[in-house]
Amino acid sequence: MTLSTFFQHILTGISLGGAYALIAIGYTMVYGILRLINFAHGDIFMMAGYFMIFSMASLPWQIAIPMVCILTIILGVVIERVAYKPLRTAPRMSIMISAIAVSYLLQNLATYLFTALPRAYPEIPFLKKIFQFGTVSASLVTFITPVLTILLVIALMFLINHTKIGIAIRGVSKDFETAQLMGIRINKVISVTFVIGSFLAAIGSILYFTDRMSVTPFSGTLPGLKCFVAAVLGGIGSIPGAVVGGFVIGISETLLVALGYSTFSDAFTFALLIVILLFRPTGLFGEKNIDKV
Amino acid sequence: MAKNNLLSIEDLCVSYGGIKAVKGISLVVSEGDIVTLIGANGAGKSTILRTISGLVKPERGKITYNGEDITGAQTTTLVEKGITLVPEGRRVFPNLTVLENLKIGAYLRKDNLEEDIQRIYKLFPRLEERSWQLAGTLSGGEQQMLAVGRALMSRPKLIMMDEPSLGLAPIIVNEIMNIIKTINKEGVTILLVEQNANLALRIAHGGYVCETGNITMEGTGMELLNDETVKAAYLGKAKKK
Repeated sequence: MTLSTFFQHILTGISLGGAYALIAIGYTMVYGILRLINFAHGDIFMMAGYFMIFSMASLPWQIAIPMVCILTIILGVVIERVAYKPLRTAPRMSIMISAIAVSYLLQNLATYLFTALPRAYPEIPFLKKIFQFGTVSASLVTFITPVLTILLVIALMFLINHTKIGIAIRGVSKDFETAQLMGIRINKVISVTFVIGSFLAAIGSILYFTDRMSVTPFSGTLPGLKCFVAAVLGGIGSIPGAVVGGFVIGISETLLVALGYSTFSDAFTFALLIVILLFRPTGLFGEKNIDKV
Repeated sequence: MAKNNLLSIEDLCVSYGGIKAVKGISLVVSEGDIVTLIGANGAGKSTILRTISGLVKPERGKITYNGEDITGAQTTTLVEKGITLVPEGRRVFPNLTVLENLKIGAYLRKDNLEEDIQRIYKLFPRLEERSWQLAGTLSGGEQQMLAVGRALMSRPKLIMMDEPSLGLAPIIVNEIMNIIKTINKEGVTILLVEQNANLALRIAHGGYVCETGNITMEGTGMELLNDETVKAAYLGKAKKK
């Protein structure tokens, strides 16, 4: 492999990693606050793909993109209200089963409504424009994805660390009852985390599918699982962890494909999950539980 | 002197899945007083506080605050109305800094907090020194101070405290009791639940003795301190033969 093809693959990997990172944040934030692995998150991402197809059918992209974000946010918040909120005091296993059910529901709903045939993902002309840097060339979306990811993460970290709602999110994630005693409306804060997670999934979906050109009802399953692994790798509950995990998985997957091991690229991701769970279950940046007696 | 009743409870019953924790108690807290609720483990004291603050829904009974029926109201609404609970075991947010813990205490307020933060720092100079530290790294006494400071940030009219002396060194306990007196002098009404009956009764204007979900005795702090049964049961002094 020449140096320039190597850089080419690294660039593709970073771009894929950026999209993964945005989706992984949704997993990690919901886990942080509800201790729930939201198995429906990958399917929310898939639905965002369909939203884009139908929005772009009649609207210019400048309107279609915000529209997709809004629809995805509504979907995420409605799922939380209908499927998770009634189970707030139920054992954690029940709410996780509910999440799996929502995941299948969305997949089957999409199959029923849009058929299982792949649908062409609309092209946003300027995102597909090819750019050339020396010997490395790629479409604009490949360059934009990591930059946009980093900017969104910086904005999110600011929100979490320096705003009132951010303090509330951190408080609620630690102690529901005491947060209530502060006057915080728990359900509102939980909705906010679903708004953020779904918004990032919508952006991730646009960046991811623009490079892949088609959507099926099952397009969300594998990326969803991989992003879950990314979140676990980074330490579930940690936002910087999810970002690092997303990039690590995106880059290693792309490099494995480039080296000719494409058959194993998915297996690698899940083997990684097993290794992390065996040797470092709290992930790279996971919270260590220090219980003060 | 005739004082206004800030909080009154009539015939309150609370159950946890069939087990009756509170069996029809009534009590009154006058505005500006320190009222204490003493009793052994499992007497239902904490349940009473949790019910007042809306965390637990009562089965029967009526809670009136400032002349208004607040039975079964939402916790958020009650905080807005000026009722706040310092929970048992302090429950500061360990992953937030000291300053953030104070700010989260004022979550419902939209005005400037600077003056209040300075006031808390004056009350607890130790918190100012440690304002950037994560609350989880504070000592037990400091966490208790933070929990009280955090409660004050909502500018409450009524603070309920659940076992503020729990697990603290005697010297710290004294400090906390002095703070409670100071806060009270500034006009905040206090409902104090304590197992350390001796200390609580000393600073309280009025007290209630709680036993297995019932109120068995009531009186001023001094009356209860000098009562023979209270002495025998809660103050560790033998009855005179």
